[in-house]
Amino acid sequence: MTDASMNDAALPKSGLSVTDARTRKRNAAEKRFRAYGIAAISVGLLFLLFLFGSILKSGIPAFTQTVVDVEFTMTQEAVDEAESKMLKTKAYENYFIAALEAQLAERGMDVAFDAKAIQRIVGKTGGTIRSHFQDNPDAIGQPVSFELAASSRVDGYFNGRVTRETLVDSRFLQLSDLDLVDALAEAGIIHGAFNWNFITGKDSGVDNPGGAGLGASVIGSFFMMLVVLFLSLPIGVAASIYLEEFAPKNRFTDLIEVNISNLAAVPSIVFGILGLAVFIQFAGLPQSAPLVGGLVLTLMTLPTIIISTRASLAAVPPSIRDAALGVGASKMQSVFHHVLPLAMPGILTGTIIGLAQALGETAPLLLIGMVGFVAREYPDGFMAGFTDANSAMPAQIYTWASRADPGFYEKAWGGIIILLLFLITMNTIAVILRRRFERRW
Amino acid sequence: MSFVKLTTSALAISAVAATAAVARDQVQVAGSSTVLPYASIVAEAFGENFDFPAPVVESGGSSSGLKRFCEGVGENTIDVANASRKIRDKEIKACAEAGVTDIIEVRIGYDGIVFASQIDGPAYTAFQPSDIFNALGSKVLVDGEIVDNPHQQWADFNGDLPATDIVAFIPGTKHGTREVFEDKVLLEGCEATGAMEAMIASGMSEDDAEDTCIDVRQDGKSVDIDGDYTETLARIDANLNGIGIFGLAFYENNTDKLKVATMGGVAPSTETISTGEYPVSRPLFFYVKKAHIGVIPGLKEYASFFVADEIAGSDGPLAQYGLVSDPELSATQDAVANEATMGGGS
Repeated sequence: MTDASMNDAALPKSGLSVTDARTRKRNAAEKRFRAYGIAAISVGLLFLLFLFGSILKSGIPAFTQTVVDVEFTMTQEAVDEAESKMLKTKAYENYFIAALEAQLAERGMDVAFDAKAIQRIVGKTGGTIRSHFQDNPDAIGQPVSFELAASSRVDGYFNGRVTRETLVDSRFLQLSDLDLVDALAEAGIIHGAFNWNFITGKDSGVDNPGGAGLGASVIGSFFMMLVVLFLSLPIGVAASIYLEEFAPKNRFTDLIEVNISNLAAVPSIVFGILGLAVFIQFAGLPQSAPLVGGLVLTLMTLPTIIISTRASLAAVPPSIRDAALGVGASKMQSVFHHVLPLAMPGILTGTIIGLAQALGETAPLLLIGMVGFVAREYPDGFMAGFTDANSAMPAQIYTWASRADPGFYEKAWGGIIILLLFLITMNTIAVILRRRFERRW
Repeated sequence: MSFVKLTTSALAISAVAATAAVARDQVQVAGSSTVLPYASIVAEAFGENFDFPAPVVESGGSSSGLKRFCEGVGENTIDVANASRKIRDKEIKACAEAGVTDIIEVRIGYDGIVFASQIDGPAYTAFQPSDIFNALGSKVLVDGEIVDNPHQQWADFNGDLPATDIVAFIPGTKHGTREVFEDKVLLEGCEATGAMEAMIASGMSEDDAEDTCIDVRQDGKSVDIDGDYTETLARIDANLNGIGIFGLAFYENNTDKLKVATMGGVAPSTETISTGEYPVSRPLFFYVKKAHIGVIPGLKEYASFFVADEIAGSDGPLAQYGLVSDPELSATQDAVANEATMGGGS
């Protein structure tokens, strides 16, 4: 009643050509709202830019590695002697350092140096050298050219993390060593190189950031995603088809529905505890295995897939079902021949997004032993890939971020870049699938 | 129903399929995040030098590692627990109840605990245990009275310290480091300031007085860090006045960001710790399940490799990283070789 009387009072003054105070007020309100919207988007974009900027800035150095480029010969006697030791890799390293020292002396470097200084400049190289001679016994006695990682601080000196001003003399690196490093760089013995090992390699000990790589944990993530895909897609789709198309609507199915939605909101660490209790302690599955990780992440991904599958099934118009039933198809035929194919793009999109979510998950893996010094070996074969101890990409990044050597901090950021690339690829596939196959009614 | 049925059956099938195929072939280690770096160095070298696969080393803290260690005997329990403190009697008891009776204790060396702050921050360069106690204890002695800690700034109780707000980041209670901090710093400080005496004089029993001494104030001046030292470092980075507790090795790796304070007039270094001059240090251990030796391939080799002179000796990679090597290493080596269990049995 009051509305009507107010309108009556206002109407005579307004018209299409006249902007009265109220219209101006409304227009101003709309302008303000648009400004808020733009401001909100700008703030979001700013954060995103800042995030990307800092990730790239901190992560790019991980993809290059300062290497010491040396040709040296291991004689058969030297190999035998090294193999007789307990710490064989250290013996190889000592031969390498002696060879490098001899070469430098031959070249006549202007800078004074000793074996200790060289030891501080080169990183942990013994493992690489030993595995090279183990794999290629023919190379013994022949000159072999090695590109071996320099130590963490020398690497930092070249990418700006360590400067002459900030370097404090320690057993890791002395200020005077930098003169030798400069001279070696001038001579071309020390130079930067693309760090393939970072992409294909395995995790390394805390004193060897130069040898750390993400490769093994990428494999771990891959096997986990296989488990997640092959369990959660069929289970999720079957569950949602039944719930959406066949199940009677009663209190019981309502309860299930509510609980599936609740499950989607359960913090992921809870699934980790469940995985520890059920899969490892009760079922006796191996610890740190991608299989268990995959099972845990399956539980986590299922609700996401069920919810998105049900949404895309519900989006198929009833007329399709009615038409199929009308020409005599059974309920099952109508679902599998008509409804499901039409809902498929939506289901796939949901699945990929669910997988991407699972790929970035660390918390549940903490409890089933996939976080720590784990990603040390490539699996021996396809089946071993499921059961051999391995880590996952986000878990590896988390591990690196908590190590003392600042070199690992870079690796962590570099790992984030690789992880983001995977996620962006998966999301792009989801978008393409949706664009190409989606039908609108 | 189909959802539940399908899930359970699929999970059951995969579980059965997997258990049949698997026998664990690598050593499984968990425990102290202080020992983790050393264990990872050893694990990497072990994998490179032996034909056994590299052991899996997890973190999580001494207490949680020992808890998992004591879950029982069998392939799906861990073989080795790392600890930055000695195993407690009640943990030995819990172990025994779960069937873990023969435990080999291996001391790998010593670790120093240092107090460090931002390199450009206030001049926190020299502390006594009493300073730390006055700053962080929940009850302190002021003018002969035991009162709730009133100190807001370091200069409130010691004019030599800077007049800056007290903010400390100390390890949380699940860390073995916390125990050392309580015993070697807070308790010492409590006794040195006379607070302990005053508490006993006021009618407290000695045990209660000790408990009160190691109680840390809860008003936000002292922050428990449950994560690793990197978390402490990040908090120090963000807080100019903050002071944090680190392991010596961690500090030595980050000397460009941190400056260290002396404790009782002694600067922490591997030398001062090995001679015992620097007061705040503790032994590091790992515990081996004897029942798993011979069952899990490489377990004994890993244990003896860990304490070999080439690894844990004073020129080895562990000392290079920051471990203070144990002067009685050869006794430890013998103990591992003989598989001597705790309590004298063999």
